Amino acid sequence: MAAEFAVEMHKVNKWFGHFHVLKDIDLMVLRGERIVVCGPSGSGKSTMIRCINRLETFQKGRVIVNRIELADDLKRIDEVRRDVGMVFQHFNLFPHLTVLENCTLAPIWVRNMPKRAAEEAAMHFLNRVRIPEQANKYPGQLSGGQQQRVAIARALCMNPKVMLFDEPTSALDPETVKEVLDTMIMLANDGMTMIVVTHEMGFARQVANRVVFMDAGQIIEVNEPKEFFAHPRHERTRLFLSQILK
Amino acid sequence: MSTQAAGASFVRSELLPDRPPPANLVGIFPLLRERLFSNWLNIALTLMSLAIIVLVVPPLVRFLFIDAVWTGTSRDACVSSSGACWPFIQAKIGQFIYGFYPAELYWRPNLVFIAGALLVLPLLIPAAPLKKLNAILFLGVYPFFAFVILNGGNLDLRRFLIGRFVRLDGLPLVGEVAGLKLVFWLDFLLSGTALLAVAIIASAIIGASARAVAKTLLLVLGCIALALLAVDFDFGLQPVGTRSWGGLLVTLVVAITGIVASLPLGILLALGRRSEMPIVRFASVVFIEFWRGVPLVTVLFFATYMLPFFLPAGVNFDGLLRALIGVTLFSAAYMAEVIRGGLQAIPKGQYEGAASLGLGYWQTMNRIVLPQALVIVIPGIVNSFIALFKDTTLVLIVSIFDLLGQLRAAFSDPNWSSPTTLFTGFAFAGIVYFIFCAGMSRYALYLERRAAHGSR
Ligand SMILES: Nc1ncnc2c1ncn2[C@@H]1O[C@H](COP(=O)(O)OP(=O)(O)OP(=O)(O)O)[C@@H](O)[C@H]1O
Ligand SMILES: [Mg+2]
Repeated sequence: MAAEFAVEMHKVNKWFGHFHVLKDIDLMVLRGERIVVCGPSGSGKSTMIRCINRLETFQKGRVIVNRIELADDLKRIDEVRRDVGMVFQHFNLFPHLTVLENCTLAPIWVRNMPKRAAEEAAMHFLNRVRIPEQANKYPGQLSGGQQQRVAIARALCMNPKVMLFDEPTSALDPETVKEVLDTMIMLANDGMTMIVVTHEMGFARQVANRVVFMDAGQIIEVNEPKEFFAHPRHERTRLFLSQILK
Repeated sequence: MSTQAAGASFVRSELLPDRPPPANLVGIFPLLRERLFSNWLNIALTLMSLAIIVLVVPPLVRFLFIDAVWTGTSRDACVSSSGACWPFIQAKIGQFIYGFYPAELYWRPNLVFIAGALLVLPLLIPAAPLKKLNAILFLGVYPFFAFVILNGGNLDLRRFLIGRFVRLDGLPLVGEVAGLKLVFWLDFLLSGTALLAVAIIASAIIGASARAVAKTLLLVLGCIALALLAVDFDFGLQPVGTRSWGGLLVTLVVAITGIVASLPLGILLALGRRSEMPIVRFASVVFIEFWRGVPLVTVLFFATYMLPFFLPAGVNFDGLLRALIGVTLFSAAYMAEVIRGGLQAIPKGQYEGAASLGLGYWQTMNRIVLPQALVIVIPGIVNSFIALFKDTTLVLIVSIFDLLGQLRAAFSDPNWSSPTTLFTGFAFAGIVYFIFCAGMSRYALYLERRAAHGSR
């Protein structure tokens, strides 16, 4: 039955020095499920999702991704990362490569795909995020929203089983937020497993299967979006929602 | 409007041609005024610069051209003149370029120069095709080609690995074919097989793929065999030991080897210094700080005069080679620090972006980090190259006569002793060094502009 879960986090604990960032995080994500994670700044949201593809290490607990558990030996770390796409707040595109090269780099060098096939696949995904005409430009020549869509296409080119988003729209101008959200909604409709850290509550309402609320390194509340917004169970959740929804 | 026009005594029927802007905005004089005389500080700086130019340039021109002697066969032509003694350079040019290389064999260094230029130029032109092949030819084949042509090859190799511990000479196989001692090649075969066996057993123990390991090792051994074959084969060239090399030839050999070898070494050291493995980091720091802590003169001196005491008797490798290694390691340490500066400028997000795609350490470095870091530090790298080029002249203290060394040697020729010989010689050396160093500097500038163009 374990196969049903794309991501399992069991009692994950992490410390930065003496600072306890993650406290007994338990989260099971089904295949095809869309999770939105929210919570106040500094509550450990980024740290949590970065534990999933091991951009962060943790000291206690277990994380199992696509049935691969990384024990202390990190030999299979790249195996996990291959199947987990990540989109960052600041895009993290490679500025010295064109958009197309950004998208084909990992398929060619990590998946050993022939260059032609990788380029065809890249053009397919650039079409899906609706910027095929920018393929030969450099990231620095694109707007923020376009860059973020390239970042999404770049992750998709690896055919990931899970996509992680860490505040993908918070570095964008308000007008361009929508184009990125639309792209993410399209992904969700395709059935991608997604874990999204965001404060876009409209997005949460529309696509999330569950909303996770974190505070001070703990998961305070997990619920379906309707219930979550209508009847938050915890005082802290209520406070957070009242601030963010105004 | 119309009433006004009707009342006017003159109505222009066509447009006036564009008038030029007022004279005080165009042309050379306003530009000069703007750039050179816009305020008191600028005026003072301009006047000072003018004074320096007036003081320096006319005497220089007079010395180099107007008063210079252009023809002659001995000091008599120059002794009474106050200008440059160019016949001196003419008479000694062979020595300046080739050192003590036998004059009838000048075609050999010339061949090496021409082949080098033919390989370097397309490598430097970004649009030239076949970069990979070109790089392999220049970095992998050319050094051995150059060595064989310059030195004559036919090194008479006798022992590889096993032969150092076991006497193989007694075997019936002691013949010699085309300058190749068969004992050596038997030794090579045995040693290679032994290494291969050890590697396969070791990879079986640690669980690595024996096939992949064997393949890599075979490839490496094959390359070594080819290289050794090239330097061991008897091409029938008259041997010219490195003692006879000199002048610009040695300057270029030392500088180019140093430059080409110190860059990859420096990259490895810089990566090592930022490694997460404590042993690697520690080793890199010790290495870098050691070489940065001692003067190059000391390094060369040690390599030449002290090293023989530490090496076992009979082991003696070439003086020029020792100087080459010293220069390379020395400049690699500096290069490492320059490159580390570039590595530090790469934001963490680049590493995370690469990691999130599943790129491994070397892929991340080769494809993402180094291409960006190296472009940032092009000025620093070229600075090191130029410094290295000029530092090569220090090999003089270990009796290797580079361009400057040959120059100094030529000064002592009584046939050419005149009041201006010394100045002429140094002027010539200055011009030669300037051409190479300014060339590197301009090329770096071009590369920087190109890189900036590409990514913005
Ligand atoms: N490398 C680090 N070293 C020490 N402390 C860190 C480090 N990274 C994060 N922290 C701390 O851990 C806590 C959680 O950080 P995290 O980035 O996960 O928060 P977040 O919920 O994503 O916040 P935000 O909404 O601002 O992005 C913060 O208090 C932060 O200061
Ligand atoms: Mg965050």
